[in-house]
Amino acid sequence: MADQGKVDPMHQFEVQKMFDMFHVGNHEVAFTTSAMWMVIAGLLLWVFMIGGMKRQLVPGRWQVAVEGFTGFISGMMNANIGPEGRKYTPYVFSLFMFILMLNVIGLMPLGLFGVHPFTVTSHFTITGFLAILSFSIVLIVGFWRHGLHFFSLFVPHGTPWWLLWLIPVIELVSFLVRPFSLALRLFVAMTAGHVLMKVFASFIIDGIAAGPAVGLGVGIPSMALMVGISGLELLVAGIQAYVFALLTSLYLNDAVNLH
Amino acid sequence: MPQISQFAESWYAASQIFWVLLTFGFVFFVIGRGMLPKIEATVDARDRKVADDLAAAKAAHAAADNLEESYRQQSDASRAAAQKAVTDAKDKAAKDAEKRLAKVDAELADKLSAAEADVNAARTSAMAEIESVAAEAAGDLVAKLSGVNVAAADAKAAVKAVLHG
Repeated sequence: MADQGKVDPMHQFEVQKMFDMFHVGNHEVAFTTSAMWMVIAGLLLWVFMIGGMKRQLVPGRWQVAVEGFTGFISGMMNANIGPEGRKYTPYVFSLFMFILMLNVIGLMPLGLFGVHPFTVTSHFTITGFLAILSFSIVLIVGFWRHGLHFFSLFVPHGTPWWLLWLIPVIELVSFLVRPFSLALRLFVAMTAGHVLMKVFASFIIDGIAAGPAVGLGVGIPSMALMVGISGLELLVAGIQAYVFALLTSLYLNDAVNLH
Repeated sequence: MPQISQFAESWYAASQIFWVLLTFGFVFFVIGRGMLPKIEATVDARDRKVADDLAAAKAAHAAADNLEESYRQQSDASRAAAQKAVTDAKDKAAKDAEKRLAKVDAELADKLSAAEADVNAARTSAMAEIESVAAEAAGDLVAKLSGVNVAAADAKAAVKAVLHG
C-alpha cells in the first residue's frame, strides 16, 4: 500500500524476504513469499497426484481428475510429436501442472483470510528460468539426435535458392526469440491481469472515498467488471499454462523430428 | 515494477532461481518422473483391458452366432430326418398292410373256392341221392297202384328221364 491510502497496483508483485538462508558468493539466498508459494504449489500438486495413485481399474472421481490431466498432456504430446513424445511427457506435464498451479493459486481470494496471495508466474525470473530450461532441452535433444544436421531447421523445405541468404537468418532469429516469447507471454499475461484487477479494486475504494454517489456510480460497474475479469483471469491462468506446455511440445517436435 | 526494481537487491534473483530450481525439480522428479508413469501405466492397462474385453466379447458374439447357426442346421437336419423316418414308416406300414390284405384276400378266395367246390360236391351227391330215392319211391308207387313190380333199373331210368328232361 502506497502513501495517502492509495492502492498501488504494483505492490502485489513485490517479493518479500521471510528469512535468510545462506550465501552463494555475494548473493544471498533467502526464503521468500515467492518461494513459499512455489513450495505450497509443489505440495498441493503432490497431494493432488497422490489421489490419482490408487491405480484402480474403475477409477474414482479423484483418480479420473488426475488421469484427465495426464491424459490431456500425453494426448497433446502424442498429437504434436508422435509416439516418441512419450519420453518428454514427464517434463511437459510437470511444466504444465506447476505453472497452472502457480497461476491458479495467485488468483485465489486468500486475502480474505489475511494471507497475502502472490502470483509466482508474474515474475520473469521464474518464467524466464522455465523458458530457458525448455529451450535448453530443445537444443540438447536437437543436437543429441541430429548433430550438426539440426541446423537444417533453419532452412525450411521448399526454400528457393535465391532466398538462401535471407531465410536462415529469419529462421535463426525466430528460433532465438522463442525463450523470450515463452517467458514474456506468461509473465505479461499474469502481471497484466493482476494489475487490471487491482486497478478496478482501487476504483471502488477511491469512488467510495469520494462520496456515496460517486461510490455507487463507479463502484457497481467496477465490481461487475471485476467479477467478469476474475472469471477471465481463471481462463487465462489455464490458457497460459496450456500455451507454455503446447509451445514447449511444438519446439520439442522440431528437435525430435526436424520438420 | 518490482519484477525489475527488485533485481537491484542481491537476494532477489538468487532466491528466485534457487527456489524455482528446488520446487520445479521436486515436481519434475517426484511427480513427473515418479508418479506420472505409474498413472499412465494404469490408464494404458485399462485401455488394453477394455480393448481386450471388447475383442473377447466380439469373439464370443461370433461364436454364439456360429453356435446358433450350427444348432439351426442341426435342428433342420434332424427335423428332415424325423420327417423322412415318419414317411418311411408310413410307406412301410402301407406296404405291409397291402401285403397282408393281399394274403388275406388270397386265403379268403381259396376258402371261398374250396367251399364252392364242397357245395358243388354236396349238391351232386345230393342230386344222386335224390335220384335213387325218387326211383325207389316211384317203384313203390307203381307197385302199390298197379301191383306191377318194376325193375329198379327201369324205375331209375324213368326217374332220370323225368328229372333231367
